[in-house]
Amino acid sequence: MAKIIGGITTSHIPAIGVAMDKGLENDPYYRDLFAIYPPIRQWLNDEKPDIAVLFYNDHGLEMFLDKKPTFAIGCAPEYQNADEGWGIKPIPPVTGETELSWHIVNHLIEHDFDPTVCQEIKVDHGATVPLTLLWPNFAYQGIKVIPISINCERHPMPKPSRSYALGLAIGDAIRCWERDAKVVVLGTGGLSHQLDGQRAGILNAEFDNYCMDKLVSDPEALCVYSNLDLIEKGGAQMVELAMWMAMRGCIKGEVEERLRNYVSPISNTAVGVQLLIPKA
Amino acid sequence: MTEYKMKNVEGTIHFDGEMATKGFRFNKMCYSFNNEEGRQAFRDDPEAYMEQYRLSEEQKQAVRDKDIIRMLELGGSIYYMAKFAGIFGWNMQVIGGMQSGRTTEEFKAYLDSQGRGKKSNG
Repeated sequence: MAKIIGGITTSHIPAIGVAMDKGLENDPYYRDLFAIYPPIRQWLNDEKPDIAVLFYNDHGLEMFLDKKPTFAIGCAPEYQNADEGWGIKPIPPVTGETELSWHIVNHLIEHDFDPTVCQEIKVDHGATVPLTLLWPNFAYQGIKVIPISINCERHPMPKPSRSYALGLAIGDAIRCWERDAKVVVLGTGGLSHQLDGQRAGILNAEFDNYCMDKLVSDPEALCVYSNLDLIEKGGAQMVELAMWMAMRGCIKGEVEERLRNYVSPISNTAVGVQLLIPKA
Repeated sequence: MTEYKMKNVEGTIHFDGEMATKGFRFNKMCYSFNNEEGRQAFRDDPEAYMEQYRLSEEQKQAVRDKDIIRMLELGGSIYYMAKFAGIFGWNMQVIGGMQSGRTTEEFKAYLDSQGRGKKSNG
């Protein structure tokens, strides 16, 4: 049977991808941020997951407003990246895992979750920056990836509780897949930030740390928030907590927090990174 | 009937159905800036490009004025506006400053003051 060996939260800020392209990992501005990644990569290298289930939000590369799914799951053998218009360098294709994708889709629909099913989608920096951070030098091509996107752009967006419930259902689906595979789950994006409006630039370290604490000990405590609550506390793009909630739902139950980092700001954003290991 | 309208948050324009309806053509134009051909066509003749996407006169004026807040008020989504900004080489700190009436350096200092630059936070 498939096994979920851990969950990782990580930012997907484009500036981080650009910093990697330029070899700025040791630059004073980025040093504290990048310090967390070698131990996480070491863990990945030791544990060797076969598949990464990756929750991200598309920022208008593939999913324009004309047809914008609330939840969408990739069921493709390969995912291309492309020009996003502001200069991040596209990366070579990401390999998919169609059999598990379809298993998840079948399981979800059987359990009353109805995602959009995508047999061909481009993935943007929301997916590619985390993959590049965790498996640099194109090593992400050595694992199979299932991208699952959550609408974080246009209201109405799924409630945090709903993203958590989606994660619970996907976690159950993975655990009942009759293949011996090790799966790591990635929740990307966050934490506090606001890009738009006169309020742009707001950050909230206290709330970010509260979220990271609760994500470990009591994720359901975060299900009480509406997206409006998140916006008030951590800015318009704090709604990206959705992907963290989905990741945590997949793991469910008790977890050990193996690693944590928090650096704020990078670009306009507070960056949180956590490695969570399910207990037993 | 359920009340769906989101409560006002100062300095924030919720990108909801109403705004998305208002901004659809503007956002569609900015979405085309994912491609270099679209970016080049805009650089070559912004007025013709805006006309091609049937922007409203108000939206055209906001683009001419490079008025980010006005673009948001007219239904712009920051996701696509980032692609518009890419044409001018503006990153998110530049945009942040433009929206909050700060220089880019002042905006960066404001960000830092809430994080690494904050004394109590180390």
